[in-house]
Amino acid sequence: MSDDSKTRGLLGWIDARFPFTKLWEEHAAKYYAPKNFNFWYYFGSLAIFVLVLQVLTGIWLTMYYKPSAEHAFASVEYIMRDVQWGWLIRYLHSTGASAFFIVIYLHMFRGLLYGSYRKPRELLWLVGMMIYAILMAEAFFGYLLPWGQMSYWGAQVITSLFGAVPAIGEKLMIWIRGDYTISDVTLNRFFALHVAAMPLLIVLLVVVHLIALHEVGSNNPDGIDIKRHKDANDLPLDGIPFHPYYTVKDMVGVTVFLIVFALVVFYSPSMLGLFLEPENFEPANPLKTPEHIAPVWYFTPFYSILRCVPDKLWGVVALGASIFVLFLLPWLDRGKVRSVRYRGRGFKIALALFVIAVLVLGHLGAKPPTPGRNLVARICAVLYFGYFAFLWIYTFFDLEKTKLEPERVTTGSVKWIPKSIQWPRFGKTKREPERVSPK
Amino acid sequence: MKKLACLLVILMVPGLAGAVDEDFGLMDVRTDLSDKASLQRGAKYFVNYCLGCHSLKYLRYQRLGQDLDLPDELVEKYLIWDDSKISSPMTNAMRPKDADNWLGGVPMDLTLAIRRHSGGGLRIGRGADWVYTYLNTFYRDDKTPTGVNNLVIPNASMPHVLWRLQGVPEPVYALAEGDRSAKQRKVIGVKMPEGGGALSQAEYQQMTRDIVNFLVYASEPIQSARKALGLPVLLFLVVFLAIIYLLKQEYWKDVH
Amino acid sequence: MKPEGADLRRRRLLTGAAGVVGGVGVAYTAVPFLSYWQPSVQAEAAAAPVEVDISKLEPGQKIDVDWRGKPIWVFRRTQEELDTLPKLNGLLRDPHSEVSTQQPAYCQNLPRSIKPEYGVMVGICTHLGCIPLYQPKPGSVDDEWLGGFFCPCHGSKYDLAGRVYKGVPAPLNLAVPPYWYPSESRIIIGEHQEKGGAS
Repeated sequence: MSDDSKTRGLLGWIDARFPFTKLWEEHAAKYYAPKNFNFWYYFGSLAIFVLVLQVLTGIWLTMYYKPSAEHAFASVEYIMRDVQWGWLIRYLHSTGASAFFIVIYLHMFRGLLYGSYRKPRELLWLVGMMIYAILMAEAFFGYLLPWGQMSYWGAQVITSLFGAVPAIGEKLMIWIRGDYTISDVTLNRFFALHVAAMPLLIVLLVVVHLIALHEVGSNNPDGIDIKRHKDANDLPLDGIPFHPYYTVKDMVGVTVFLIVFALVVFYSPSMLGLFLEPENFEPANPLKTPEHIAPVWYFTPFYSILRCVPDKLWGVVALGASIFVLFLLPWLDRGKVRSVRYRGRGFKIALALFVIAVLVLGHLGAKPPTPGRNLVARICAVLYFGYFAFLWIYTFFDLEKTKLEPERVTTGSVKWIPKSIQWPRFGKTKREPERVSPK
Repeated sequence: MKKLACLLVILMVPGLAGAVDEDFGLMDVRTDLSDKASLQRGAKYFVNYCLGCHSLKYLRYQRLGQDLDLPDELVEKYLIWDDSKISSPMTNAMRPKDADNWLGGVPMDLTLAIRRHSGGGLRIGRGADWVYTYLNTFYRDDKTPTGVNNLVIPNASMPHVLWRLQGVPEPVYALAEGDRSAKQRKVIGVKMPEGGGALSQAEYQQMTRDIVNFLVYASEPIQSARKALGLPVLLFLVVFLAIIYLLKQEYWKDVH
Repeated sequence: MKPEGADLRRRRLLTGAAGVVGGVGVAYTAVPFLSYWQPSVQAEAAAAPVEVDISKLEPGQKIDVDWRGKPIWVFRRTQEELDTLPKLNGLLRDPHSEVSTQQPAYCQNLPRSIKPEYGVMVGICTHLGCIPLYQPKPGSVDDEWLGGFFCPCHGSKYDLAGRVYKGVPAPLNLAVPPYWYPSESRIIIGEHQEKGGAS
């Protein structure tokens, strides 16, 4: 905050007591973000939007939901039928849960593409991974609440994983459930964790994530540091103020997101049985296991990895490792450049294989296992972990042939569209960038 | 890459297995929620033939009346047979314990039956077909306690409640080469001898279609309104997108 | 500083349009969230009018009926009790039931009821919401007592038409709910005779 722009009036009174204008400027009006953000950079703001949506609809749902084994299922149907607009609030929340993961996965993939986890953003990546891990817990706890067959047996299976821990497994499992099986007690504690503990943690960590981001500055599709070239006012030449340029651009992203979101909510809220599973329209029955138990789609890649290991303990270890290895990414990748645009061919192939492996694992995790599928799952699990191993070897032993990074960020110019038919704005990469500075 | 894509496609095809035998497909019921007359008939049939055992505990009579254009008086006169109030849910007097004794199991509540049986993936929305096929594929089988069997739920504990109307169809067997012993023969379809029941085949199918149509409604009473609301919401969002996109383009003129 | 080429007028116009259209969107989005707090179908069903059979109600008896979670008294007055009502006028705050919120227009009469014999009243003290006691016996509360309702919380007193005495904390007469007689021996509490006119 500069001294020449002292605020006056009510704002001045507040600013003397609380850094309102200072916060606004640091995080929006004078936060300089690279001007070359592309499609992949919408998902951070979208994640915050979905978080707000989930918190709001979630609070509303708790107003009628009853966390007891006897009433939970009926109370959800009560919300769907008897509460005014309850169906909309509930569908927003159930669709929002899946949307959250779609957005987060794309946001994380962006990090892999452009090396956003690399120095100096290691902590930013770690905090983000923590949010992801807690989000998984949040989703898992929330999935029990409708108390349908899939809720019940999903929770039964996942809590049983803790039984694999040597020595204390059995006791740990009972401690988590608060009973010898998933019961009313479990439902109550999952409810407490889902509506209070986990959301508080997520919101707190999102704030930490943003503070960390604004401390080190945003990465960009070129993976180069915009702070290397500054103007006379010490502002990055390739940076633009987040507000208004990215606030208005993110609004476009949010609106497009809302259109897709509304299509699902209004026309296919169960989304081919992926968002709301058919089995979950039957109340939980502890005496009858569904023919096939599968987690919700966003857990299926990890579930596949768990299942393809023919040993209970090692399966759980593999599952844990598949998530933990992502935390290590900043230290595994020692490449000379950040962005996929300037990395070697080996990296591109490895990343493509990694994505395919995750998709195939995700697909298999939703299916009943067969020997053939197990084989494919094992190959994909090897590819999954192989990506990280390869990345370390590839960069540690300096096997990567990188391209030369540009001095300044490049905007637009899509290579596979002929220049002549491109949007006029795309062609101007060579022009000397002009300064944009706030009033 | 191509091989992997092929692999993906191959993997996606199987695995949608449910209780339904793969050897015969589900019948196509083609329900229509805008057909109020069909829904009204379905409600009447349901109350007459099904409600005695199967409740619809998440649906209230009054809601049904409102959605199906039936005034409260008519609902009270034709649909409420017990001492339920107009605002009561459609339950029955059978206690679970009695049901267990009399029928060997508690008949399931059918409010969500359609959604429960809707199947995942590409079979989504086929819950109605599933129930319709179930009602149309009872066949004579003297080896079961009920004297009938069913193609959709083999050895179902439910008797063919509507047999007076439909009659009892005969099983159609697959002609298995080499092995013709009746024990091994697989039932692949049912055939109704003409004049076996009070209704003709077409009338019976229409009746079961009405019941299924009503159950589709009951599974989510709001669904028609939900779909109707989608359009104005989407139109609004498209208009807003146009404005916000122009605004973004206007601001981004600054950025070179 | 704005770079060349920016059309500030267009910018303001579009910002305004986005604000207005976005505001409309937010307002419409708020509707489901606010309506969600309204009574649900279940609550509305529980609040529906209730029917009471009064064929077995003897003079001097009172029954309690639950309507919208409130105790509704239905009591039958004897002729002697009805005769006491005009005598009390001087002791009462609102003897002629002039506060129109406390009873439907068709009950603005001496016994505050459709049929003089049968009283129908919301049994909630107009002071702080306690439930007064039915004390029909003369002299049961104090020596001058001619029968009525006595609130044990703060000593408010009402006569057998639910009219409040002077000099007690309660400010208003007991409320009379809307009701009507579908037949001689039945009362429907919770709606006026014309259907759909429930208050």
